[in-house]
Amino acid sequence: MSYKANFRVWRGDVDSGELRDYTVEVNEGEVVLDIIHRLQATQAPDLAVRWNCKAGKCGSCSAEINGRPRLLCMTRMSTFSAEETITVTPMRTFPVVRDLVTDVSFNYTKARQVPSFTPPEGLKAGEYRMEQVDVERSQEFRKCIECFLCQNTCHVIRDFEDNKPAFSGPRYLMRIAELDMHPLDVADRQKAAQEEHGLGYCNITKCCTDVCPEHIKITDNALIPMKERVADRKYDPLVWLGDKILRRGKTQ
Amino acid sequence: MSEVERHSYDVVVIGAGGAGLRAAIEARMQGMRTAVVCKSLFGKAHTVMAEGGIAASMGNVNSNDNWQVHFRDTMRGGKFLNHWRMAELHAQEAPDRVWELETWGALFDRTKDGRISQRNFGGHEYPRLAHVGDRTGLELIRTLQQKIVALQQEDEAEFGDPEARLKVFQEATVTRLLTVPDSGSEAGNRITGAFGYWRESGRFVVFEAPAIVLATGGIGKSFKVTSNSWEYTGDGQALALMAGASLINMEFVQFHPTGMVWPPSVKGILVTESVRGDGGVLTNSEGKRFMFDYIPDVFKEKYAKTEEEGDRWYTDPDNNRRPPELLPRDEVARAINSEVKAGRGTPHGGVYLDVSSRLPADVIRRKLPSMHHQFKELADVDITAEPMEVGPTCHYVMGGIEVDPDTAATPGVLGLYAAGEVAGGMHGSNRLGGNSLSDLLVFGRRAGLYAAEYVAELGDERRDVPQDQIDAAAAEAVGPFNNEGAENPYSVHQELQQTMNDLVGIIRREGEMAEALGRLEELKARAEKAGVEGHRQYNPGWHLAIDLRNMLLVSECIAKAALERTESRGGHTREDHPGMSADWRKVVLACTLADDGGHVDLVRRTPEPMRGDLLALFELDELKKYLTDAELPSAAPSAPDEETN
Repeated sequence: MSYKANFRVWRGDVDSGELRDYTVEVNEGEVVLDIIHRLQATQAPDLAVRWNCKAGKCGSCSAEINGRPRLLCMTRMSTFSAEETITVTPMRTFPVVRDLVTDVSFNYTKARQVPSFTPPEGLKAGEYRMEQVDVERSQEFRKCIECFLCQNTCHVIRDFEDNKPAFSGPRYLMRIAELDMHPLDVADRQKAAQEEHGLGYCNITKCCTDVCPEHIKITDNALIPMKERVADRKYDPLVWLGDKILRRGKTQ
Repeated sequence: MSEVERHSYDVVVIGAGGAGLRAAIEARMQGMRTAVVCKSLFGKAHTVMAEGGIAASMGNVNSNDNWQVHFRDTMRGGKFLNHWRMAELHAQEAPDRVWELETWGALFDRTKDGRISQRNFGGHEYPRLAHVGDRTGLELIRTLQQKIVALQQEDEAEFGDPEARLKVFQEATVTRLLTVPDSGSEAGNRITGAFGYWRESGRFVVFEAPAIVLATGGIGKSFKVTSNSWEYTGDGQALALMAGASLINMEFVQFHPTGMVWPPSVKGILVTESVRGDGGVLTNSEGKRFMFDYIPDVFKEKYAKTEEEGDRWYTDPDNNRRPPELLPRDEVARAINSEVKAGRGTPHGGVYLDVSSRLPADVIRRKLPSMHHQFKELADVDITAEPMEVGPTCHYVMGGIEVDPDTAATPGVLGLYAAGEVAGGMHGSNRLGGNSLSDLLVFGRRAGLYAAEYVAELGDERRDVPQDQIDAAAAEAVGPFNNEGAENPYSVHQELQQTMNDLVGIIRREGEMAEALGRLEELKARAEKAGVEGHRQYNPGWHLAIDLRNMLLVSECIAKAALERTESRGGHTREDHPGMSADWRKVVLACTLADDGGHVDLVRRTPEPMRGDLLALFELDELKKYLTDAELPSAAPSAPDEETN
């Protein structure tokens, strides 16, 4: 059941690049990453691509296939017709390093700006008690494999480079939600979500949810509840009065 | 003479999986300036692939569990070849290492009373594996990654620089350890640093450090059908060997019984043992649960004899014995291999693994979400409605760098430590599922701790990295660019994988292994001529040409040791020597680098006898299955109560 497929792969680096055409063999059951590997082994030994597990678990092989952000290892060739030209390009939101490899350091910088899990003072290791139903909300977000496809697709930074400093993107807003919903986290995270991580930029178009290979409901389960938590607090008259009296909300 | 980028640290950890990150956290918490060097992006290490869980005798689900029971299970699983001191430390410290993860933000699945839930797994007497669905490895990596970020946030607050005391150098490959002769150490070598290249730019980099922790994982990429990622090219094993350390037990390679067999492009990808732990059964093309025919004598009393008893065990484990689907991995892998050979396999050359007729669909989706997802996306199989097709896949190497069991220091090289899969001894001839993640945490921490202690004792004393070694390493690394067009590194790699798979695989024969050694010599010669085109910037062909040296060296260790050991035990099955021999249990095969630098020598070592109080944890009748008469304790100890449950 082999056939020759037409591939168009972006080749280049930070200075310049182009779409290059290849004709390459495809066998039954293969995924796009298999074809990229075949190109490396037979026609383009220096074609740069990141990958690790080839099982959708590590989130390394993120790219855009026919313009859609996807994992190369989880995109089956059977989803395309034999005649179709398949175009593979690097993630657009991040600076290209070479070919399909991009510089994703933006994400690591943002990760470092989210204060870590903060357990209650004095709670010793081995004494943690949490109900399954209470950990499940955060567990959903911890399924994240950090492929950064949600970051790549989010138009707040995909189309507006200038927003990058002020906006942490769906992955890290979800991380804040994860910690906020952790049954034992005691840190106050809601204000920072709005003021330091740009939660307000998100206008819930759900593009992030659409591209998530782990099918995490980023918008519905993380971002919208987080927005509600921030709004409840910001517009609660008692909280507002308390902040005024106790001079807590300095920047509000 | 080459001018290269240099960084200076107290402790450099190579590898950013579970063991490497835990080692780095420990070294940094001991006050050392610590660097982590890893081939992939931070947080992508192979540990994310671990599915089932972390074995630790917390006793949350069955309070009969304790470290002694875990120790016994580990020794049995490894057929008593394990370094007993490592198995002891591992069983004792695993619970603390798991609980510690919770304080760093890990969210394990819970019991009804709010504690960490624990699941059943092959070879473990009680439910013992802390888990998060079937993505426990991801939780482990993310938690350690986030702990490193937390430490960096502390440093940012204190020094204004998040990387002041802990920095991750990602997408860098180390190709040589740098050493100087040292009259104080046994082998006469002492660590001064490591040489490598940035994958992105191809530029060289030197890390100066008196202590290095190797945590680079395994060797699976030398085999064709494997659950391992591209990173598993035996780097740490080869680096240690070339620096003067020994590799032990390299003949023991674990073939996980259940890898995907179809479609071809995903052949080898892991199907978690939790499928069986949660009730999944193995059947052949005749619909028979064949594992009942494959219970070996040493395990006869511990496994159910009938399907009815095995099925009752899931709900009433105190009064029934476990089903044989949960035998240690080596037994199950061999059984599947035999069934397929006997013509009772599936259309794609595996056997059936069925959970659809055993659990309701919603329970399968909740307990095995990644498996459900993986089969649906990659094979068009809905595991809630139909069986999976599975077969053995190269999964783990039990052998590895010889280390001191307490400190993780390599006896041969002062300042060199190793932890995790790259280290040998802990798992003997076969590793139990769930004992890998706990191994990473227990010995990762120990490696970081003792590396830090060693550097603290050194004070300000540092040795310079020798320039001639840097120059030689640089020349070696650019070698493939001077061999333009001679040999395709991808072809050499494919032939290596085929050779190891066919000739040093799950069932081994003398003639085939001798043939493999011959082919490895030819492949070595071809690998030296491997040429690459293009430039050094993110060039995968070049990276592979460099990695070939490590894969070939490690493959030679495996084939040589496997040829030498004329018995079958755990992850080493000889068709021509099917029995297990008590005399061979007293032999550890160690590989060292030969004087010519391109081959390995094999030497026999005698393991230290097990301490009396640990021997006393076993019944005499069981010890007789493994030990020579001379090794048996003179008086038979009385069996602890829980043994008979």
